[in-house]
Amino acid sequence: MNTPALPPLLAANPRLDQWVGFPSPGRVRVSTGRVEIGQGVLTAMLQIAAEELDVASERILLQTGDTDLTPNEGYTAGSQSIQFGGVALRMACAEVRAVFLDYAATSHGYSRADLAVRDGAITHRGEATPHDYWSLAAGVDLTRAAAGQVPTKSVGDYSIVGRNASRTDLPDKVFGGSAFIHDMVLDGMVHARVVRQPRRGATIANIDEAALRRAAKGPIEIVRRGNFLAILGADETVVEAVAAVAPNHVTWDGVDPINPYQEEARWLLQQPSIDRTIGPAPPAEPTPGTRHDATYTRMHIAHASVAPSCGLAQYRDGKLQVWTHSQGVYPLRAALARTLKLDPTVISVKHVQGPGCYGHNGADDAATDAAVIAFRQPGKPIRVRWRREEEFGFEPVSPAMVVTAQALVDRSGRPTDWTTEIWSGRHTSRPGGGGNLLAAEALPDPPPHPPAVDGGYPPGAGTRNGEPLYDFPAKRIVHHLIAETPVRTSSLRGLGATLNVFAIESFMDELAERAGQDPVAYRLSVLTDARARAVVEHVARISGWRVGLPAGTGRGHGIAFARYKNMAAYAAIVAEVVVDEAVHLTRVWCAADAGLVINPDGALNQLEGGIIHGASWALKEGVRLDANGISSRDWESYPVLRFSEVPEVTVELVEPLADRPCLGVGEASGGPTVAAIGNAVAHALGARLRDLPLTRERVMAALLRA
Amino acid sequence: MILCEQYRFELGLKIPMEPTTLIVNGRSVSVTADGDTPLLDILRNHLGLLGTKFGCGQEQCGCCMVLVDGHPEKSCGKALATVAGKAITTIEGLGTPERPHPLQQAFLDEQAGQCGYCLSGILISAQALLDRNSAPSRAEIAEALDDNICRCGSHVRILRAVERAARLLREGAAR
Repeated sequence: MNTPALPPLLAANPRLDQWVGFPSPGRVRVSTGRVEIGQGVLTAMLQIAAEELDVASERILLQTGDTDLTPNEGYTAGSQSIQFGGVALRMACAEVRAVFLDYAATSHGYSRADLAVRDGAITHRGEATPHDYWSLAAGVDLTRAAAGQVPTKSVGDYSIVGRNASRTDLPDKVFGGSAFIHDMVLDGMVHARVVRQPRRGATIANIDEAALRRAAKGPIEIVRRGNFLAILGADETVVEAVAAVAPNHVTWDGVDPINPYQEEARWLLQQPSIDRTIGPAPPAEPTPGTRHDATYTRMHIAHASVAPSCGLAQYRDGKLQVWTHSQGVYPLRAALARTLKLDPTVISVKHVQGPGCYGHNGADDAATDAAVIAFRQPGKPIRVRWRREEEFGFEPVSPAMVVTAQALVDRSGRPTDWTTEIWSGRHTSRPGGGGNLLAAEALPDPPPHPPAVDGGYPPGAGTRNGEPLYDFPAKRIVHHLIAETPVRTSSLRGLGATLNVFAIESFMDELAERAGQDPVAYRLSVLTDARARAVVEHVARISGWRVGLPAGTGRGHGIAFARYKNMAAYAAIVAEVVVDEAVHLTRVWCAADAGLVINPDGALNQLEGGIIHGASWALKEGVRLDANGISSRDWESYPVLRFSEVPEVTVELVEPLADRPCLGVGEASGGPTVAAIGNAVAHALGARLRDLPLTRERVMAALLRA
Repeated sequence: MILCEQYRFELGLKIPMEPTTLIVNGRSVSVTADGDTPLLDILRNHLGLLGTKFGCGQEQCGCCMVLVDGHPEKSCGKALATVAGKAITTIEGLGTPERPHPLQQAFLDEQAGQCGYCLSGILISAQALLDRNSAPSRAEIAEALDDNICRCGSHVRILRAVERAARLLREGAAR
């Protein structure tokens, strides 16, 4: 039995009725602040609640991401839903069950030890009683605070957790239901599109209103406040057509051009930065050993959700209702309150599913657009759906990065001192405080731009996974946070871990090669963490890893490993590639240890998704810039991995039913996949590519150099 | 028959438009809208068929895929006037939870999806493939789905689901 301390999210939302209720006979209400963003979290939460409450999951009505109804769990981000949100829900449910059994024992004279629950009904020594959760509910006060003293179930007693559960949200999506916020239809709904400021701080010089109206094949309304400009109308087709040509009919002042050279990351090296060192001071010179270093880069990366963002809002009777696919309904509410100068209590923000976001995309901005318009148009339900080019052009992207790995190596070829030096724009600029929302910045009296921060380490943001898990005697991160970037940047799946793991794991292969050692054996020689060793050994085994295959044959394999944030799930990847002029990714194997896994198929789905996503980053993705900002505004100029480019994928979980804490899995496989592909390409070519993505042009250049 | 009244506005005048007839999921419908209106907008906003999704409006992502006289087409780029009289099949025309199409059953069996936004378009592309090839290879399935973007990385499961659906359909035909 497990009796951990009160989990932080339960401490923050201690009332049991914030998590569980019994609204009508046979029904259980379970609330989670976590939201479904394609990761299957609601299905896992249902499993957790059903298991600890001992009710059939069909009885549970799950409330999710709603400032009126659910606990405040901040953002659904950072692979923390199960590791933190799930653990809080599990303990709340266990305590609710115990409170009911305590009450049944005292009010009906049973011995507490003889009582149990079977699908919501109270049993006594295994026999039915007349009592159940619903008949007892009137006598039980769930407004009490959780004490955190009730043990949760032992893994051996699980019958729901740890077994594959079908995604509860999938049928609606397969049968063409209206599952998404884009599908919401409100009575009298008004469609809106925003004419965006081309750059931060740009001011409207002129609006050719006549031209806009000529482009409209139906009635439209033009709404302007400060530099926020929107086209409204009842007919979406009409509004969309006007929005498409609107940039031609609005002129702006104060549009600072950017240098397209900033598309590649090395410009970061010349920028002023906020610097910090994490770890011991560098060794005094001279020190014994040989010094090696190598520098790795990547471009800005887009979230590139499959559909552009959407938000709905209605301001009525002094109350503002907002529907959003944001990852954080409470932080968005706080940001809207600041933007509109409203009391947060008059704002309700409700999550409705959207396309997979993988981080901070345009969702919060689209919701704010809708809220700003709705606030000025009382009564009207406003729906803002961004245009595709708007999502590509104006969503916050993941910053370009440069990472230098540097090692002092002893005679055996192993590092005695390691430095990961990181140059990066900000990886976190979510809108909690009211800043960093496009609409807010366009209004009169815009909020101050939030300061650049990287957060504490671990987990860090740009610094994430900057420290290798290997047993080097001295390891440090030197971080240069560049506050001013040409385009808005924020969090994308993995944050800095993607390039940091690419750099560390590429450099490990380079050091192994110098030492004349096999990459798997070399890693294991400096890795004592048993769970880390287990995933490396496991993936080597299932991939049929062979030692000593010659390099430069056009066919290659590569391995990479990381534990996400050095705190979440462990993942080791082997990639197999064929390289002619371009890289063809043929197979990927993954072994992962995520501790106790609630829904094994759900975890596999996340790891597989991370592998494909990582492959797309490694081989294809990079935001293009021109003087006007982001120029890659469609799927032609921002190519992603397509079906015919997808490898065969094998993923195995290591000990998914072990009695160990759950470890977040959603971002575990991306970084190691990018690195394994890099190592496989280096093996295939006999030459190393250190700049992402590994495009045909870069392969050709490497072949010419070799 | 469903009738949707619509007007166009020119120089401030409200001019009634001629209806266009098309067959959607086997039903004849008459829509009065500007001939330039994208079929996607007709389906979603005029007919209330919300299963077909908007992804890009540029015919690049496949979220809005429908069958037009049996051919997979991106409905965001198909003007209403060009589909007059034609038979349109949307995701709603495939199957229902009570009577799932083998493709839908296979996608559920394989748990082939994450956010699921791309799935209606992918199911339609897969249907078009299976209509002309009852035993496609993995490479043929991938090629048939190359116009469809999935960003969550559910590709491997989706490929497996289409293989499974093909098998279900062949077994159904053999019975």
